[in-house]
Amino acid sequence: MKCQQCDKQAVFHITELESGAVRELHLCEDHARVYLNQSGGEPSQGGPEEAEEATPAGGALGVGQTADDLAILDQRACEMCGITFFEFRNQGRLGCPHDYVQFEKELEPLIANIHGATEHTGRRPTRQESLPEGTEELTRVIGLRREMKEAIALEDYEKAKENRDAIRAIEDRWIIPAESPPSPAGDPIAEGGPS
Amino acid sequence: MKLESLTQSIGEWLRGTGPESDIVMSSRVRLARNVAHYPFVSRASEPERAEIERFLRERIAALPVGRGLEYIDVGHLEEIDRQFLVERQLISREHADAQGARSVAIDRMEQVSLMINEEDHLRIQCMHSGLDLRGAWEQIKVVDDQIEKVVPYAFHPRFGYLTACPTNVGTGIRVSVMLHLPALVITRQIDKVFRSLHKISLAVRGLYGEGSQAMGDFYQISNQTTLGRTEEELVEQVGDVVPVLIDYERRAREFLVRETQQNVHDQVSRAFGILRTAQTISAEETMQLLSRVRMGVMLGLIGDVKIADINSLLVRTQPAHLQKLRGMELDVNDRNIERARYLRQHFEGGDSGSRASVN
Repeated sequence: MKCQQCDKQAVFHITELESGAVRELHLCEDHARVYLNQSGGEPSQGGPEEAEEATPAGGALGVGQTADDLAILDQRACEMCGITFFEFRNQGRLGCPHDYVQFEKELEPLIANIHGATEHTGRRPTRQESLPEGTEELTRVIGLRREMKEAIALEDYEKAKENRDAIRAIEDRWIIPAESPPSPAGDPIAEGGPS
Repeated sequence: MKLESLTQSIGEWLRGTGPESDIVMSSRVRLARNVAHYPFVSRASEPERAEIERFLRERIAALPVGRGLEYIDVGHLEEIDRQFLVERQLISREHADAQGARSVAIDRMEQVSLMINEEDHLRIQCMHSGLDLRGAWEQIKVVDDQIEKVVPYAFHPRFGYLTACPTNVGTGIRVSVMLHLPALVITRQIDKVFRSLHKISLAVRGLYGEGSQAMGDFYQISNQTTLGRTEEELVEQVGDVVPVLIDYERRAREFLVRETQQNVHDQVSRAFGILRTAQTISAEETMQLLSRVRMGVMLGLIGDVKIADINSLLVRTQPAHLQKLRGMELDVNDRNIERARYLRQHFEGGDSGSRASVN
């Protein structure tokens, strides 16, 4: 990836959080140093290691966003998979589909920045009428499984049974049995190559 | 699947056929999909990964598209076999290097590959030889539609198909073409071209995927955004730029022939000479020289060599292929010797009258 300010290789990848808005920056060493100095962080004295360390701790957090604010945001965890926003920021990977609901406000500016859009206009799933288009209800199973495991660990078998029944009810609604006959549609692989 | 049988064949994308195949090696479309009721792969426990793998494999296997597929348990493959699949572009390097339950399903023509438990639960890929994005898209659509009938893909009414990384959300589509652009490299225009591609948010990568340096003048151009445009629009976005790049490369080739014919002929002939006589040669040098020879064949400077052969050599001289072909593990030095031997053997017999001599 190239630096957003020049043609050099970007070696600094900064996620800016400005009053709830997330902005991604990709900069070369030189521009990162300029940027970090500008944004009121600790001026980087030495090499890139120092500048990099300064990034999450102070410099690049953005105006009006104290480290405390960020710490609170970072600790927010997904109700289904348990991933914290901090873990996502570190790994760049989300934990489960519910994160898009749980962290919607934080993710939206990030998504807008990456794609220049926040609305999907492409293909959509076709489902039976009784089911909604979004799969949020099915994703709840992830949280229920976690609760069930916790209940078992606490030997609360009553609660575990409730969880299990709730999971079954949702899965029965959403997941068609595996042994259903294969659809009669054509086989594109057998039909093969470019025409 | 017997990987050994693959060493004897070449994949669809290496056939060297299809529209514009002198410049466009292959066209590829991939879709990222996740099952709604499991955590994404990086968050899933090992038993969950195994469940996801089984859930997808069993359901896909029962579909018409699944019946023609061979399933490979990537988690239990030797490192060399995983590397082998990477070199054939059937799995990504990340999939090869990852941990835990994961697999790939491949059709016999090596056009379709389904990676299970890569970054997303399911990565569907469809690759065609030459410039045929439309064909690859039409094929992958059928595969995706069939799978969606039996697998509840995670979907958000506003954000679309949900992926582990927000960079793939929405359509989950990555449309790419692999281009051979030696003349733009020689005439030093390639950086200018890439800068203009970046401006229209297209990404450029080397032959072997993410982050790798372009080797042998092979470049992969792909869309960078996946949300806010339809799949067809994104297929078009990449497809529209390809004729422009083809035109640039053709003009650069014409320029080279017109202005520096002797130089070009010399470079190509030397490359060919080294490939046919070297006693030890690295993978990088081989790629670079094969690239020159490939251009020479296209410019009519070298006869008796088929593009499909060059394409196939590009893959078969890669480390894992070489070792599979030899039937034993080899260290770097031995690989370089074996590679040179393989190349000499390959070119023996064809056009031997004008064999170059290298001292």
